Amino acid sequence: MNDTNKNNTVLRFLTCGSVDDGKSTLIGRLLFDTKTILTDTLSQIEKSSKKRGMSAIDLSLITDGLQAEREQGITIDVAYRYFSTGTRKYIIADAPGHEQYTRNMVTAASTSQLAIILIDARKGILTQTKRHSFLTKLVGIKHIVIAVNKMDLIEYDQEKYQSICDDYKIFASAIQLDQPGTKIQFIPMSALNGDMIVDRGSMIDWYKGPTLLEVLEKLDTREDIKESALRLPIQYVCRPRDSDNKELHDFRAFMGRIESGLLQVNDKIKVLPSNQESTIKEIRIGDKILKKGIFEESVTVSLHDEIDVSRGDMLVHAHDELRSTKGFTAKVCWLSETNLSTNRTYLIMHTSRTSKAKIASINSKININSLVLEEASDLKTNDIADVTFKLAQPLIVDKYANNRGTGAFIIIDESTFHTVGAGMIESID
Amino acid sequence: MKEKISHLDWLESEAIHIMREVAGQCANPVLLFSGGKDSLCLLRIAEKAFRPGRFPFPLMHIDTGHNYPEVINFRDKKANELGERLIVASLEDSMKKGTIVLKQDDEPRNKYQSITLLEAIEEHEFDCCIGGARRDEEKARAKERIMSFRDEFGQWDPKNQRPELWNLYNAKVHRGENIRAFPISNWTEMDVWQYIEREELELPSIYFAHKRDIVKRSGAIVPITNVTPVRPGEVVENITVRFRTVGDITCTAPVISEADTVEKIIMETASTVITERGETRLDDQVSEASMEQRKKEGYF
Repeated sequence: MNDTNKNNTVLRFLTCGSVDDGKSTLIGRLLFDTKTILTDTLSQIEKSSKKRGMSAIDLSLITDGLQAEREQGITIDVAYRYFSTGTRKYIIADAPGHEQYTRNMVTAASTSQLAIILIDARKGILTQTKRHSFLTKLVGIKHIVIAVNKMDLIEYDQEKYQSICDDYKIFASAIQLDQPGTKIQFIPMSALNGDMIVDRGSMIDWYKGPTLLEVLEKLDTREDIKESALRLPIQYVCRPRDSDNKELHDFRAFMGRIESGLLQVNDKIKVLPSNQESTIKEIRIGDKILKKGIFEESVTVSLHDEIDVSRGDMLVHAHDELRSTKGFTAKVCWLSETNLSTNRTYLIMHTSRTSKAKIASINSKININSLVLEEASDLKTNDIADVTFKLAQPLIVDKYANNRGTGAFIIIDESTFHTVGAGMIESID
Repeated sequence: MKEKISHLDWLESEAIHIMREVAGQCANPVLLFSGGKDSLCLLRIAEKAFRPGRFPFPLMHIDTGHNYPEVINFRDKKANELGERLIVASLEDSMKKGTIVLKQDDEPRNKYQSITLLEAIEEHEFDCCIGGARRDEEKARAKERIMSFRDEFGQWDPKNQRPELWNLYNAKVHRGENIRAFPISNWTEMDVWQYIEREELELPSIYFAHKRDIVKRSGAIVPITNVTPVRPGEVVENITVRFRTVGDITCTAPVISEADTVEKIIMETASTVITERGETRLDDQVSEASMEQRKKEGYF
């Protein structure tokens, strides 16, 4: 289904599970049954399957990417896959299930609206299921599909399926995953045989709910733009002074992507952190003049007053009580192989603004297997901790739970410039 | 009031955001422009990102010297219309300097592009190259970052890439290091054609069905040009074809097609059974991992 509809919406989701759960087979099945896999790719996969001594086509090979990992039979990084249907364009973030799991999963989840958590029907809920669920909650994903896979290996037994669902509900409630606003759905399936993925198949007649694809197709991805506060971080200031066009000599416009809310012409706004106020004169995308700009649109705006705005500033509505801050506490996922050092200074990149930062304290660390809080004095790869930061320059932040775009940040090593950590703001000083 | 923008608007907005991040973070970026359809999308995105101002970067073409004249003319016309500076870095110059040594005169030149690109990066001290690569093009690209880090030798190390979370793109580099930024990473071939249709983008004529002299050589359609002459015993046919990608003449093959409008190409793309590169890029078929190898050597 290489669809030609121009008014599709985008849905981004991730799949959590290891190779043993049939995750690669599930993705392969989604791509295969939606006719996304084209003939030459398929013949390559056939060749590789034969090379490994397999008789049938191994759908999991579709998602195997680089030479190094094909040879070793492992996947080492997040890969992105695409397919589309009559109503949607889908972007799958495929996070591998082995080592570095936490890091890869947090990365994949950061851009996703939905998570598919795979459970092997023979094994039920494992430690890793709990880990996946906890990380899904941490990164703020509101739509969760529990895919009870390999139903073919338990003779499509409804009772066993039901008891896995019941176990999961108890666990979800224990970690407070089942909050209002978060939706958890259960689907019995066999990725290998294609039951309940795109087609219903004939083996799970007792299940009356939607197939996986139906869940993906029906998910409401719209945002309530009037309910959420306007956040427009400025990325770039347009000053075409050297243009041949004299009319543009005094022209100034401010460019950025609306991270949340609704912006309309004549809205009273203020610029943070300076607190100067003005009103919106014009909103445009390219040549197109708009009455409003909404969440996820990259716009160019001009103001009625000549006030100073630069990259890193944020436009919010004039009545908004948001202020800038020089300190906050956040959940941090440490991504680097080099441990966090509390003596060092790091860079924090947040929206279009970057500040130097020091670690005020590491308050606790979460044991990702037992989900128990532990004391901590340092952080190593894949650790998740509660950390308080002190900032050199003020940042304009929201709590992550209220706003993903302005509640998230990355930590950059000042000397290597590598991205070493990811953070989600929980409380603001 | 619940709303969500359409997939083309979303993809466009993401690409604009990425380009503005390059402009905001990098001191001396450049946009790689070949005259091909993907880089034409990049130019429209740059217009939407920066007009009425000028682009905060020049355009650069890595010229193999083996191009269809329609594409080169189009390239020059487009740069002129936009009023933006075009740098042409030519493989012939690298050959004169002796940094590219061909084994045979008529061998495909795509693999040498990385040498000329790296020389141009060094000469102009570019810290970021914006390119039109897409993750759906080839297996090796499925894990590519939007801001992809290259070391001082222009090398891509799949194990040493920066994690990329949310829409926070880290484009910081030291002197000599380089970022390759891919604003249309998340686009598929279909998205590109739909965008071309919506934006009414003009394309080089060879993308549309036209009559051309070709021979059939080991399963592929090879266009007859001065660098790809007829071999003894081959029969020249004049058939209606179009190109799905444009690149170096010696490694870009056309497909048989009657599609002479964007709309017809979209219909054809929707029903096609072979991937874009599988069908028309003779250089990727050498081995299953050939793109990966080229990327490691500094290719886009």
